[in-house]
Amino acid sequence: MPYRILMIIVLAVFVTACSNKESMDEGVVVTSDREGISMGVDGTGYDVTSSALPGSQEDLVENVGDRVFFAYDSYNLSDEARSVLDRQAQWLGQYQSLYITIEGHADERGTREYNLALGERRANAVRSYLVALGVEAHRLSVVSYGKERPVVFDNDSSAWSQNRRGVTTIN
Amino acid sequence: MRHIFIAILLFVFTSSAHAQMRLDITKGTVEPISIAIPEFAATTPAQRKLARDLPDIISKDLISSGLFRKIDPNSYIQDPVSTATKPRFSEWRSIDAKALVSAKLVAEGQGNTRVEYRLWDVFSQRQLNGMVYVANDGNWRRIAHLIADDIYKRMTGENGYFDSRIVYIAESGTMGQRVKRLAIMDFDGANHKYLTNGRDLVLTPRFSPNEQMIAYMSYKGGKPRVYLYNLESGQQTILGDFPGMTFSPRFSPSGKHVIMSLAKNGNTDIYELELNTRRARQITFNSGIDTSPSYSPDGSRIVFESDRGGSQQLYVVDTHGDKAKRISFGKGRYANPVWSPRGDIIAFTKMQKGKFYIGVMKPDGSGERLITTAYHVEGPTWAPNGRYLAYFKEVPQGKRRSAKLYAIDLTGYNEWPLKTPKDGSDPAWSPLHEE
Repeated sequence: MPYRILMIIVLAVFVTACSNKESMDEGVVVTSDREGISMGVDGTGYDVTSSALPGSQEDLVENVGDRVFFAYDSYNLSDEARSVLDRQAQWLGQYQSLYITIEGHADERGTREYNLALGERRANAVRSYLVALGVEAHRLSVVSYGKERPVVFDNDSSAWSQNRRGVTTIN
Repeated sequence: MRHIFIAILLFVFTSSAHAQMRLDITKGTVEPISIAIPEFAATTPAQRKLARDLPDIISKDLISSGLFRKIDPNSYIQDPVSTATKPRFSEWRSIDAKALVSAKLVAEGQGNTRVEYRLWDVFSQRQLNGMVYVANDGNWRRIAHLIADDIYKRMTGENGYFDSRIVYIAESGTMGQRVKRLAIMDFDGANHKYLTNGRDLVLTPRFSPNEQMIAYMSYKGGKPRVYLYNLESGQQTILGDFPGMTFSPRFSPSGKHVIMSLAKNGNTDIYELELNTRRARQITFNSGIDTSPSYSPDGSRIVFESDRGGSQQLYVVDTHGDKAKRISFGKGRYANPVWSPRGDIIAFTKMQKGKFYIGVMKPDGSGERLITTAYHVEGPTWAPNGRYLAYFKEVPQGKRRSAKLYAIDLTGYNEWPLKTPKDGSDPAWSPLHEE
């Protein structure tokens, strides 16, 4: 299970991120559900004993990364986003029976209807990339929530950047 | 149920309102007309409440328009009963009333009440208009709004907007678990009613021209699609069978079509659906996001927003052609265009340098004017007379947002909150009721 040994870097900003289950620093997505993580030292990789069931949403969140982030009014996949999706594609290759829905989200600094379309674009950007990596298209559906489902509620650029996201969820 | 009153014109001396009584509401600021609306004259004890409530609603309607000034009822000299019989104009003039409203209530059969209303020009001592309505338990608020609309029309020469309703999205809960429900109310917040239970996320409701239907978007079953809500039956039906998300619906002026966006494979185009046949026709063919369409009042053109040029801008397209012409050229991004029911202007949401605005421009893009701004304002909707806009405003409060409905006159001088029990967004103003 190579993905169980995935390095998880625990960042100093972790404390503020706890309530929202993830944080972002220099493009590295760190996910945690608080319980399943042991604190690392000096950022070295640790073999983490995860409580998540292999092939579950928790497994995806903890050991692969369930989401990618987008720049303002953009649906381009960054290098960081691509590396998360590379891992997702491998993981989905491992669990062939899984069907997933990719949620597209926008921040609150746009109009409602445009953001619905923008979220749909983002979800499709994720979907296309996964398909290009060999995930069967019929396993991947998309849904846009526009700006209706934020996960970070402050009104600053850090919150907005975390809300502009594509999230992979198991059906 | 909403068609149950009769209106008869009383003594029509209306040789066009006296010159100095006429308001020109096209000017930036107008001196409000001082109007006296004393209690109506009850003829039975049972009518006392109605005799107070009717003038109270009429007064609130008129004052909120910004075009009328209330005179303190404590300064009234003449009593309601004799005023309804014969106003003593010198007494009303002495308290600076320019207009006077009087009415007599007369009991009719089956619990009905006849309302004999008159509008007076105090200076010329002439009756400007008079009408008779039959009020009952179910419609008396409407009669107050109809009288207010009549007064507005006599004083401004323009149609009123008080006998109208608002459909909107009622919001509650935290930002992470926002509950959104379809809700409807009278323009003044009365007769508020929730139409959906909040289980499914619902957005962007719009009235059909005859007010029997509401087009809106729902996430029912996890699939975001445009639905129709029948106000008589309460029935909700999905609109069309599209292979992707449908959203941003608007009715055509004839009520025979709904126009909306379809998002599919990362591309959003505009489609027109004929309601009888449920046949869809693609209106825009572009790789950009084309959304928020709105018909011109004659149904011949559609204004919409598109990011085909790189950022959200407004375009006008012929209903049957595809030659979209860009009309917005100012700095910033433009969204949610809504064609005025008068046809002369288009309202929009604008985003520039981190701020949101509600503004208007002519259909050719000239004469842009910003009316109001805030951290977040969005989604203008026209009053039936095309002189006011409603929209919603969001204000951040730490990790919360308050969302409220507001209305504003086109000059931007008079803004007031629309009354809702909880938070609200996505308002849509009805046309005037049909009788």
